Amino acid sequence: MTSAISVDGLEVIFDRFRALKGVRLDVQPGESFGLVGESGSGKSTLLRAIAGLAPVASGSIAVNGKTLGARRDKAFYREVQMVFQDPYGSLHPRQTVDRLLQEPLAIHGFADGEKRIQRALDEVGLGNGFRFRYSHQLSGGQRQRVAIARALILEPSILLLDEPTSALDASVQAEVLNLLEEVRRRRKLTFLMVSHDLAIITHMCERLMVMQSGEAVENLAANDLVERRVSKDYTRNLLRASDGFVRTA
Amino acid sequence: MSVDTIQSRRDWLLSERPASRMQARLGRAYVAWRRFSANRLAFLGLLIIIALLVVAALAGVLAPYSPTFGDLKNARLLAPSAEHWFGTDDLGRDILSRILYGSRWTLYVVILVAIIAAPIGLLVGTVAGYAGGWTDAILMRITDIFLAFPKLILALAFVAALGPGIENAVLAIAITSWPPYARIARAETLTVRNSDYIKAVQLMGASPFRIVLRHIMPLCISSLIIRVTLDMAGIILTAAGLGFLGLGAQPPLPEWGTMIASGRRFVLDQWWVAGAPGFAILIVSLGFNLLGDGLRDALDPRSGDQ
Repeated sequence: MTSAISVDGLEVIFDRFRALKGVRLDVQPGESFGLVGESGSGKSTLLRAIAGLAPVASGSIAVNGKTLGARRDKAFYREVQMVFQDPYGSLHPRQTVDRLLQEPLAIHGFADGEKRIQRALDEVGLGNGFRFRYSHQLSGGQRQRVAIARALILEPSILLLDEPTSALDASVQAEVLNLLEEVRRRRKLTFLMVSHDLAIITHMCERLMVMQSGEAVENLAANDLVERRVSKDYTRNLLRASDGFVRTA
Repeated sequence: MSVDTIQSRRDWLLSERPASRMQARLGRAYVAWRRFSANRLAFLGLLIIIALLVVAALAGVLAPYSPTFGDLKNARLLAPSAEHWFGTDDLGRDILSRILYGSRWTLYVVILVAIIAAPIGLLVGTVAGYAGGWTDAILMRITDIFLAFPKLILALAFVAALGPGIENAVLAIAITSWPPYARIARAETLTVRNSDYIKAVQLMGASPFRIVLRHIMPLCISSLIIRVTLDMAGIILTAAGLGFLGLGAQPPLPEWGTMIASGRRFVLDQWWVAGAPGFAILIVSLGFNLLGDGLRDALDPRSGDQ
């Protein structure tokens, strides 16, 4: 079976800084794959490199068996979409929800826009009352729902999620995560999800990769993490850190 | 209209959940208008500009005399009186009538310059800011070259090359006034080009052309409108300056700057000949400045709640 995403020897260099140092990654279709690591470990950069938003120096990226060039074509964007971390920054401040959702349809020349917008809003649990609002008239959770609707409206098979809930408070986080789970099940999507929250990754993902300063540390199944079957010190430290502050009397 | 229907109309405009594209757009405009009209001085500026428009449209009806033919025999250099409110000039022409007709030329210059210069500046600035690299360097160096010359001197040089006349004056002023707009548009573009919402549109597969035109330009337009209105006073003064130097409008065209120039010779004895058009320029410039200040408060993209 061809992998949904397959990355090999990927190097990303910003000016002189090597953000990714020869990373290998393999995600199966329909799988939910997590990327964890501390800030600056390169997990978001890996996601952006796949989306074509980071300067790739060398290495190869293939999506559904097709190797990608430096420029992505329109067909790529119909396969792969992304949800950004900050819902306050990812929606255009001067456009209504309607306009935001229409844009991808206009670019790809869909004719039945009206129906698709309606369906996309229903799918993320936003009724018609939200359609003509500006983003400043929405709460953080609602904004992230709109961002998810925008990503789904082109019916991609792969969704890149860059810490989709870290800017939201706990109760809204759960709602958005449940929504993502539900969408994935219904549409049989492949997820590649970045998070620094190990609980979210073990909840959402089947497999994961631990990253540190631009390199892959180890590949694990989610269960390994739950049962602490990890082999590298870095992962152990990460686990300890995620347990939170422990008082030593 | 009863109080109730006004109230329900306001609620409709300010609705948090608009039901149509139209309602959302009107609601936004209404919020901006409320903020604008709460500012008394800005409102005064708007009234001055509306008055200017009305006067320009109705100059033929309002003017008591012809703007170009005077009574050389009996009416030279008369002081302001009931018959000639602003007096007469050295050719016996009624100054009030000339000022009323002159408002047309003032508007003509201001509007044409704005229509030519603002889109050029917007296009150059957004393209330079979004493309970056070589395109940015080349476009911005060209802008710098234009900015390096004093505006009036450059306009003078252009008019001298093109030949005197009001059309060439408009052209010269437009050519010299687009660079600041390009700078503003570029600065604005640089602040948004790396934002997530522009990345998101790139991820939709949108072409750079589409991104600049439909997603970046709308964000630059409000600061540009503000700057253009604030510059209008300067445009009027530059046009008047060119007229004053004899390179703008040619006699007998009743352009305000030209009128001041011809009244210069008797400014000590017959002050009203130069004073009246000077006062008209003052009022209209003030109007545009007040309007620009008000628009800045009403349209500022950084005031979040709109």
